[in-house]
Amino acid sequence: MSAPHQQEPTDFTFDADSEAQIAKIVARYPEGKQASAVIPLLYVAQKQMGRLTGSAWVPRVAMDAVAVKLSMAPIRVYEVATFYFMFNTKPMGRFHLQVCGTTPCWLRGSDDVLRACKDAGHLKGYGDTSEDGLFTLSEVECLGACVNAPILQVDDDYYEDLDYDRTVKLIESLKRGERPAPGSSIGRQTSAPEGGPNTLLDIPMMAKE
Amino acid sequence: MAKVTIDGIEVEVPNGASVLQACEAAGKEIPRFCYHERLSVAGNCRMCLVEVEKAPKPVASCAYPVADGMKVFTDSAMVRNARRNVMEFLLINHPLDCPICDQGGECDLQDQAVAFGRDGSRYREEKRAVKDKYLGPLVKTIMTRCIQCTRCVRFATEVAGVPELGATGRGENMQIGTYVEKALTTELSGNLIDICPVGALTSRPYAFVSRPWELRKTDSIDVLDAVGAAIRVDTRGPEVLRIIPRTNEDVNEEWMADRGRFSFDGLKRKRLDRPWIRREGKLQPATWPEALEHIAGKLKGMPGSRIGAVAGDLVDVESVYALKALMNALGSQNLECRQDGAKIDGSRRDHYLFNSGIAGIDEADALLIIGSNPRKEAPVLNARIRKRWNSGAMPVATIGEAGLDLTYTAEHLGEGTAVLDALLDGSHAFAKVLGEAKKPMIILGRGAVAREDGAAVLAAAWALANQIGALTPEWHGFNMLHLFGGQVGALDAGFLPGEGGQDLAGMLSGGVDALWLLGADGFEPAFISPGTFVIYQGHHGDRAASRADVILPGAAYTEKEGTYVNTEGRVQRGRLAVFPPGEAKEDWRIIRAAGVAMGVNLPFDTLEDVRAGMVAANPVFGLVDGRIAGGVQDVAGPAAGGTLSGTAFKANLTDYWLADPISRASETMAECSRIYNAAPVAQAAE
Repeated sequence: MSAPHQQEPTDFTFDADSEAQIAKIVARYPEGKQASAVIPLLYVAQKQMGRLTGSAWVPRVAMDAVAVKLSMAPIRVYEVATFYFMFNTKPMGRFHLQVCGTTPCWLRGSDDVLRACKDAGHLKGYGDTSEDGLFTLSEVECLGACVNAPILQVDDDYYEDLDYDRTVKLIESLKRGERPAPGSSIGRQTSAPEGGPNTLLDIPMMAKE
Repeated sequence: MAKVTIDGIEVEVPNGASVLQACEAAGKEIPRFCYHERLSVAGNCRMCLVEVEKAPKPVASCAYPVADGMKVFTDSAMVRNARRNVMEFLLINHPLDCPICDQGGECDLQDQAVAFGRDGSRYREEKRAVKDKYLGPLVKTIMTRCIQCTRCVRFATEVAGVPELGATGRGENMQIGTYVEKALTTELSGNLIDICPVGALTSRPYAFVSRPWELRKTDSIDVLDAVGAAIRVDTRGPEVLRIIPRTNEDVNEEWMADRGRFSFDGLKRKRLDRPWIRREGKLQPATWPEALEHIAGKLKGMPGSRIGAVAGDLVDVESVYALKALMNALGSQNLECRQDGAKIDGSRRDHYLFNSGIAGIDEADALLIIGSNPRKEAPVLNARIRKRWNSGAMPVATIGEAGLDLTYTAEHLGEGTAVLDALLDGSHAFAKVLGEAKKPMIILGRGAVAREDGAAVLAAAWALANQIGALTPEWHGFNMLHLFGGQVGALDAGFLPGEGGQDLAGMLSGGVDALWLLGADGFEPAFISPGTFVIYQGHHGDRAASRADVILPGAAYTEKEGTYVNTEGRVQRGRLAVFPPGEAKEDWRIIRAAGVAMGVNLPFDTLEDVRAGMVAANPVFGLVDGRIAGGVQDVAGPAAGGTLSGTAFKANLTDYWLADPISRASETMAECSRIYNAAPVAQAAE
C-alpha cells in the first residue's frame, strides 16, 4: 500500500465484479442513452481502484475506460469526473476522512474532530495524504446529518457525535485494520434524543417503558 | 409565424425563433458572447439580457423562444442595468492586459465593455489565474482571459466533429481545455481563433505581429483547396500577415481550413524573385530580356508539336488562358493540366464538377464517397457533410481507404472497385439505400480517377449515379471533389491535349523538346526526359524549378488579380493584396512578353482583354461569383475506356499539411506536419 505516491496507472480494465455491476447499471437506461450511466460507472471505477490498490480514485485511464464502455468522447467523462467533488482525480489514502465543517457541525465541535484527524492520522491539513498512505483528509460541505453533529465520514460510512477523544480512538482502530460500526459514537439510536426519550413522556405507552 | 414587438417595431419571425433572432430581425443589436448562430445555444454568458413585458426579470434572449404578441425592450433601464452588471462580473476575472493582447482592437469583450459596461469595477480582490493550455501549433492560448463562453467547446464538438475540448472542474476552478495535453486533431482549428470572443484563443503565427487597424484588408479567394473559401488577406506593406475567412453561405459559411489560413508564411520563403537561366549546368541569375530571349532562341524554329505545356494546381485562369493562346499560336496542341494523371476528358463540364454544389449537401439524403477523404481534401466541405449528417437521416458510405475518421459515421463498403460493380448490379445492400433516397449524392475523389482505370472508374461512378436516380432534371447527384483551387479553372479553360496533342506521359517521355511548366509541381520532375528544355514559370522554388533550364518568376495567388473556379464550378476572383516580390510579375504578362520575344503578338494587352478572351472561349468565366446550378439535361456518361482493375483506392493527399508548393515552403505547415503526422501516442482508451 503505497497510496500517497502512487504512480498514474497506464492501463485500466474493469474486473469481473465491476463488469457485473456495470451490466446492471447500463441496463437501467434506454437504448442510445447509455451516456446517462457515466456517474454510476465512475463510482464503479473508483471503487474498483479502492478494492484493488487501496486507493479509491479515478485515474485518467479509468475515465477512458468508462468513455469506451458508454461510447462517449473521453473529454465528456473528464468533465463529469472533475465537476463532482466525490470523484477523486488524484491518488487517495486507504481511508478517506471527510470532515464536515458546515455551521451545525462546526458549532458542535468539528474543529476538535479536525484536530484529532490531524494528530492521529499525521495529516498536515485538508487535501493532505499521510506518509503511510492510510489517510487522506478532506473538508466537505454539509453531510445532512446535523442532528448527530459533528460528523466524520470515512469512505462511505458516517461516524457521528464525535469529539476529540472518540475521533482519535476511531482513527487508531482504522489503523489496526478494524472498521468500527458506523453511526453514533455515543450509542444513541439513529438520531433519537441523547440519553433516551425526553418528550411525550406523559403518554402512558411511553411512560411504561 | 409569431408577431413580436421589439422596442415598438413589429416584426414577424418563425415560431421557435429566439428573442435574440427577433431583435436582430428588428435591426436591434444585442450584445452576446456565448451565442453563435452556427452553434448550439448555451445561454451561459448572460450578456444578451433583454426585458420582456410581464416577465419578472431580464431574460437571456438567445435561449428564450418568442411567443405571439410578445413585447420586448432592448434599451430599457432594466436592460441597461442588467448588461452593466453582467459585464462587471465578466470582467472580475478578466485581466486588463488589452495593450499586450492580440485580440485588442477586434475583441468582442473590449467593444462590448465600452458599449454596454460601466466605467469601473468595484472588485478589489485577487483575480484568478489559469494555466495556459496546449492546443497544437496553430492556436495560442492565454486561458486567464477566458470568459468560459464555451464557444470553442461547441465548435470542436459540433462543427469540427472532434469532441476533444471541454470544461473541466467547476465554479471558480472551471477551465477550458483538453484535460489531456494534446494538439487538437482537426484541420479547422483556426476557426477557434475566430469564434473566441476574447483573447483566450489567438493565432500562434500572428502572435504580437500587428494590430487590426494597421492592416490593409483585401477580399480574396483561397486556392489551396478546391472549396474556394472566401478569405480576407490582411497585409502591412509588402507582407501578408494573416488570412482569415469571410462569410460566404454558399461555399464556406464562415469557416476556413488550416492549410489555407496558416500557410501564408510560405509566401515569403523559397520565392522565385528573379529570372534564372541554366548556363553550364548551373542556374544563374538573369534579367527578364535575357531570359525571354533565351527562350525565344530555343523555341524559334522548333515545330509546334515538339513544344508542350503543363499547368499546375494553383494557377489562375488568366495565365492558363494566356499560355494556351501562346501554345496554340506556336502551333502546339500539347497542353496538360492533369498533373496527377486524372482521366478527365473535359468534354462535358458536369463530368468533372461537384454538381450538387457545396450548399446542395444540405439537401442530400444519402451519400456515397468513392476514393476520397474529404476531411483532408476539403475540410470545410467535410464540415458541411457533417452538419447535414448531424441533422439526421443521411446514411453515408465510403469506398476506399479503411478506417477513415471523417467526423461522422460512414459505413465502409470496401477498398477497391469490386464494390462499384456490386453496387452497379444491385447485389450490394447499399445500392438499395441510395436507390431509395430522393437526393442521393456520389462524391468521387479526384484521386479515384487519377489511376490506370480512371476512365472506367469515372464511367462507373456516373453510371451508378444514373442508376440510383441521382441524375434528374432537378437534382445532380454526381460530384467530383478536386484537390486544389486551380484545377477546375484549367479544365474549364480547356488546357488539355488538343487534336493530335500529347498528354503528360507522352510529353515527359521525350515527346517534346521544350516543356513549359506553369506552376506545375505536382509530379516528380525526374520523370522529365533528360534532353527536354524546361521552362518553369511559377512562384516557388519547389520540385520542378530545380530541373528548369529557365525560370520565370511569377506571382502567387495573393499577388495577382486572378480568376479561379472551385470544385462546384463557381467562378470567383482573387485580388491582388501585395505585389509580387523582386522582379516577379503577373503570369499572363510574362506569357505575353515571351510571345513578343518569339514574334507572337497575343491578342490582349490588358487584364480586361484577357478576361474578355476567356469569356469568349468559355462563357462560364463571365459568371463571376456564380455557378450554373440545376439538374442533368443529358444523362449520357463519360466514355468508359477500359475496365475496372479492381485495385484499391489510395489516399490522394499523402500529407495534408504539405500538399502544395506554398505550404511546402511554410514553416508553420512543416511544424504541423511534424506534430500531426507523428505516430499517435497509444492510449489505454483505444
